[in-house]
Amino acid sequence: MVKPIITVEHLFAQYGDTHVLKDVNLEVNPGEILVVMGGSGSGKSTLLNHMLGLKTPTSGTIMIDGVNIFTAKNKQLRNLRKKMGVAFQGGALLSSLTVADNVRLPLEHNTSLDTQTIDIMVRMKLELMNMAGTGHLMPSELSGGMLKRAGLARAVIMDPKLLFFDEPSAGLDPTTAVELDELILTLRDAMNMTIVVVTHELESVFKIADRVVVLFAGEVVANGTVDEIRNSPDERIQNMINRQPNTQRDDGEVYLNRLLNKDKN
Amino acid sequence: MNALFNSVSNLGAATRKNIDSIGLATLFLLRIVSSLFTGLVSFKQVIKQIYFIGNRSLIVIIVAALFTGMVVALQFYDTLVRFGSVDLLGSAVALSLIKELGPVMTALMVIARVGSATCSEIGIMRNEQQFDALDCMAINSYRYVMLPRLLAALFCVPMLTAVFDLVGIGGGYIVGVHIQGESPGAYIQGVMDTISFKDVLVGQIKSLVFGLFIMWIPLYYGFYLHLNQKNMGAEGVSNGTTQAVVMSAIIMLFSDYIVSSLAL
Ligand SMILES: Nc1ncnc2c1ncn2[C@@H]1O[C@H](COP(=O)(O)OP(=O)(O)OP(=O)(O)O)[C@@H](O)[C@H]1O
Ligand SMILES: [Mg+2]
Repeated sequence: MVKPIITVEHLFAQYGDTHVLKDVNLEVNPGEILVVMGGSGSGKSTLLNHMLGLKTPTSGTIMIDGVNIFTAKNKQLRNLRKKMGVAFQGGALLSSLTVADNVRLPLEHNTSLDTQTIDIMVRMKLELMNMAGTGHLMPSELSGGMLKRAGLARAVIMDPKLLFFDEPSAGLDPTTAVELDELILTLRDAMNMTIVVVTHELESVFKIADRVVVLFAGEVVANGTVDEIRNSPDERIQNMINRQPNTQRDDGEVYLNRLLNKDKN
Repeated sequence: MNALFNSVSNLGAATRKNIDSIGLATLFLLRIVSSLFTGLVSFKQVIKQIYFIGNRSLIVIIVAALFTGMVVALQFYDTLVRFGSVDLLGSAVALSLIKELGPVMTALMVIARVGSATCSEIGIMRNEQQFDALDCMAINSYRYVMLPRLLAALFCVPMLTAVFDLVGIGGGYIVGVHIQGESPGAYIQGVMDTISFKDVLVGQIKSLVFGLFIMWIPLYYGFYLHLNQKNMGAEGVSNGTTQAVVMSAIIMLFSDYIVSSLAL
């Protein structure tokens, strides 16, 4: 039995009087891609924010790499965070810095590498994200998909052990969504990262997940492999799966043809 | 009876909320200041912010100072001429500018041009999770984002005030000498003779205090947008910015009274 790298135990969270997470328990094993899936408002982002130590829960514990993140000292938390990369939903790039300066931020602040080395590393990561030649642009000049990829480049610049990704494919066209999914798989395979992805996009869930945790109204209603989730007898999960027609997001060309044909009719 | 009880309890709740936010704002400032000791301040960032403040407000301040000096001279001239003491014009203009109008008007201009822009910038950063991102990168937002802005304001506002004073005295000269025909010698002599080191010092201390408030308050409103506003998003940012501007102006004027009464 491998030792989990993240353990969430009896996590309760609320905003005011609204209980948003109700007794969430889950584990993430090293080297796996765990997808937290759930409808809008089910508490995915809230769970992620707790795992990142950005919010304090009502009760419960989260251990990451042996550190209890709610009781850790500042310094411990800082050291842990140097091993974690986070790609936020909208990229969360600093609006006053160029793409390249954003990507180099963690290196500048947390390492003593010289400028030339940093430049090379930044260029490599941007190329990996298919963003070569965009380093000089400001975040306001990027599209939604580019922002996500730039955010991902920044998240992995320190080659973290752990990567968190909020809604990698939400709001993207199918081609870009598929590309991002493939990037996530590459990161896991090539860099041996442990990855936690939060999403409501079923296509990417089934494509990238090693294991899926399904959140429903703040509760974990299922936790298993992709096949187990697909074949789950739970009505709520079947509803979630069936409500979204799979054909719609096959790939860019199919999608485009479907749209064009519709227009002809 | 019940109505009375309700209104008292509402007042209590509002007071508690205000005290809470004063506490939070103080803690916020302490965190910014103490981040000064946890590592090197980025000199580059401070310069960038100084440039930002200067660039946004210098021209406005020069124009405002010119007209303020002119109108002050006009009003004083009208009064002094009745007492036959127009030769005091230079002293009157210089003193009122250096001790009062210079620091206050400069601060108001900086609030309008820089405070509002800063609050909306920081609020948008909050909205877009940029502070969360900084936290996750183990970068101290207080030191990296807030401190350079605060230091730049503490440096710039006294400087801009000095510019305001000089240009304002020049504006007074234009009105006194070129329009009303007073002798240039008397005006300049009046300016030179009356201003003491203490007057200048008090003016500069005021503008330093103003610099603190008019940067601290917009930073606070932007950084805690999610706690102070019902709605985030564009609406929250614009409400927060309006509140920050009004609050900065009121607190600035209040602190003006305090410093003035201490200095007299
Ligand atoms: N700052 C907040 N204040 C009050 N309630 C909140 C806040 N943030 C989230 N909530 C509530 O908590 C619940 C869970 O929100 P959360 O953002 O975690 O959902 P989500 O699963 O990420 O949804 P989505 O897919 O739409 O992003 C929602 O009902 C939401 O209304
Ligand atoms: Mg969400």
